[in-house]
Amino acid sequence: MTVFATTIPDDAHQEPMIQLLGPDGTRTPHAELDAVLTGGGGAEDLQSPDALRGYYRDMVMIRAADLEATSLQRQGQLGLWASALGQEAAQIGAGHAARVQDYLVPTYREHGVAWARGIEPWRLLELFRGISHGGWDPAELRTHPYMIVLGSQAPHAVGYAMGLQRDGAVGTGDRAHDTAVLALFGDGASSEGEVSESFTFAKSFDAPVVFYTQNNQWAISVPTSVQSSVPLAQRSRGWGIPSVRVDGNDVLAVMAAVRSALDAARAGEGPRFIEAVTYRMAAHTTSDDAGRYRPAAEEEEWAERDPILRLRRHLEQLGAIDEDFVRRCDDEAHELAMQLHHHIHGMEDPDPVHIFEHVYTEHHPVVEAEKQAYREYAAQFEDEADQDGARA
Amino acid sequence: MSTTTLPIAKAITAGLRDAMHADEHVMLMGEDIGRLGGVFRVTDGLHAEFGSQRVVDTPLAEAGIVGTAVGLAMRGYRPVVEIQFDGFVFPAYNQITTQVAKMHYRTGGRVTLPMVIRIPHGGGIGAVEHHSESPEALFAHTAGLRIIAPATSQDAYWMTRQAIESEDPVIVLEPKRRYWVKGDVDPDHRPELGPWQAQVRRPGTDATLLAWGPSVPLALESAEAAAEDGIELEVIDARSLAPLDMETVTASVRRTGRLVIVHEAPVLGGLGGEIAARVSEQCFYHLEAPVLRIGGYATPYPPARMEHAYLPDLERVLDGVDRVLSH
Ligand SMILES: Cc1ncc(C[n+]2csc(CCOP(=O)(O)OP(=O)(O)O)c2C)c(N)n1
Repeated sequence: MTVFATTIPDDAHQEPMIQLLGPDGTRTPHAELDAVLTGGGGAEDLQSPDALRGYYRDMVMIRAADLEATSLQRQGQLGLWASALGQEAAQIGAGHAARVQDYLVPTYREHGVAWARGIEPWRLLELFRGISHGGWDPAELRTHPYMIVLGSQAPHAVGYAMGLQRDGAVGTGDRAHDTAVLALFGDGASSEGEVSESFTFAKSFDAPVVFYTQNNQWAISVPTSVQSSVPLAQRSRGWGIPSVRVDGNDVLAVMAAVRSALDAARAGEGPRFIEAVTYRMAAHTTSDDAGRYRPAAEEEEWAERDPILRLRRHLEQLGAIDEDFVRRCDDEAHELAMQLHHHIHGMEDPDPVHIFEHVYTEHHPVVEAEKQAYREYAAQFEDEADQDGARA
Repeated sequence: MSTTTLPIAKAITAGLRDAMHADEHVMLMGEDIGRLGGVFRVTDGLHAEFGSQRVVDTPLAEAGIVGTAVGLAMRGYRPVVEIQFDGFVFPAYNQITTQVAKMHYRTGGRVTLPMVIRIPHGGGIGAVEHHSESPEALFAHTAGLRIIAPATSQDAYWMTRQAIESEDPVIVLEPKRRYWVKGDVDPDHRPELGPWQAQVRRPGTDATLLAWGPSVPLALESAEAAAEDGIELEVIDARSLAPLDMETVTASVRRTGRLVIVHEAPVLGGLGGEIAARVSEQCFYHLEAPVLRIGGYATPYPPARMEHAYLPDLERVLDGVDRVLSH
């Protein structure tokens, strides 16, 4: 038996949703997924008290960074911010489910995944501040650049996975070596043709890729029902890609499903698809006004299912958390927010001559000529400024 | 109602509304255009007024939006499609260039596609990647498409209506960073000037400045600044980019002998190059100086904190004017 299904129930709406942690923190046992979480024990144990406290801390940290980013945007320090508030479990769970060698392919709202990958939050902010188009080396961090053009990253993930197949990095039986790709996209983006084409390629070549959608209920103002009148998880089944729907505010369900799917992919069993049901607690971005299209009551309803609160309740039930730990997490989170604040306020605008950098790997006469002309043009103003300065 | 003052975005809304009242086959499609009224609020209120059969919040798939609009147009509807931002038209690029542009031709004129593709375009809004593109040359290079770029509220209203009335597919490039600039609109009197014609916005004698869309106010501002130095620039608003109204441009250049073209798109391979070539063919003996282009660089659109250096501005336009006048 596996939670990953290949068929659709007669009544499509009877699609199950895997939940290991209830909103009140109660843990439901699940033979298959518990085995995934326990793994080989030791460092492999994804639900040891230490591991659970770690996820709690991560979620608290990333939420603080997220709130700080929103306020930095309000202060004019960022052009835009896309908050991931409410999606912490869906992201921290997925991020930590990946093994170090795995390659992650995010959207633009994957701040928790980035955190789990060890990407410092200020690097994300470079893009939102408008000083770069993306701040990291994908190979070094095994994380693709953030993607703004919806769905465009999905085929990259499949292609990367096809490369892994050719490199003999799949199905050798060595879990520390075998590699898989995690492709993330939103419920809205799942409608883009490139996502469907990615399913096709992934299954045709049985590439080691796991597609993961955070169904946060909204694509800006458009509810998921416009993208699909049946549960999104069922989408891939027509391609023969096994899939499952999990509670995305349950860090353990997310983690178990993603770990299980990635391990299957790395073992050479082909692609998987996971729908994590969650909620975008904030507006789409700082430019958006969610009040125009969704009732506040809906937000309140989802607040009850808050992923951080849920894990904390679970830890309390286990007797694995105390006031002191909670306070330390909050202090660290506050510290992180302050750091972010200072870091961003200290960020200098790049010299516009950078516009001309990295268009090509080698000399390009037109770019070079325009760069030179720009330099000379800009120098006139510097001269004028110098003269003004001298006069003053 | 006669003349009213409206921001460009609201003039487009009014144009859409009146077109929908005038013809029940006009319908709107796009992402977030329903209850939200579009991310720029251009369709604000239209969903409430016309309902979800005529104002359709589509699934998130641009190829699907444009492709289904083709089918709707062939079934007798007049779909007006909104692409949320210029950078997101590319998933639909195949449909636009291989299907929308060619259906009339390949059916030997039997099929018309009276559809409109509205695209907020251009930079200067401090946005993240892919929200500031100027892809007009890509579309202007594709035969079968008409492209217009209104720059004022009056044009925004009337050119929207005329685009919807056109039997050919029309791409309307809307000047997103000027959406909230107000201007007079007279919705009761159809202007004499057609949508495919350029317009002289300011007469002048020393050189011609040609611009479109968001660059028109910049050209006018430049002309004003130049006038303080006794230089009289003629400013032409191209309005239509496919077809180009070369008659208005060449008539002006024959008078002034000098032409500076301003656009946000990269100069490399941009429409300015096409215009310069035609001007040199048609006005060679009237030219006192080489035709000059001021525009974006041969680079991707840069991160927001550098866009001020990428976009044409007053200084760069006046620098260009100085250069053509120095000949
Ligand atoms: C190809 C493309 N079309 C449109 C957009 C504009 N846009 C940005 S985010 C968004 C909604 C995305 O919704 P979803 O995929 O569910 O992700 P979420 O924002 O909810 O995380 C839209 C329409 C875009 N970025 N790319």
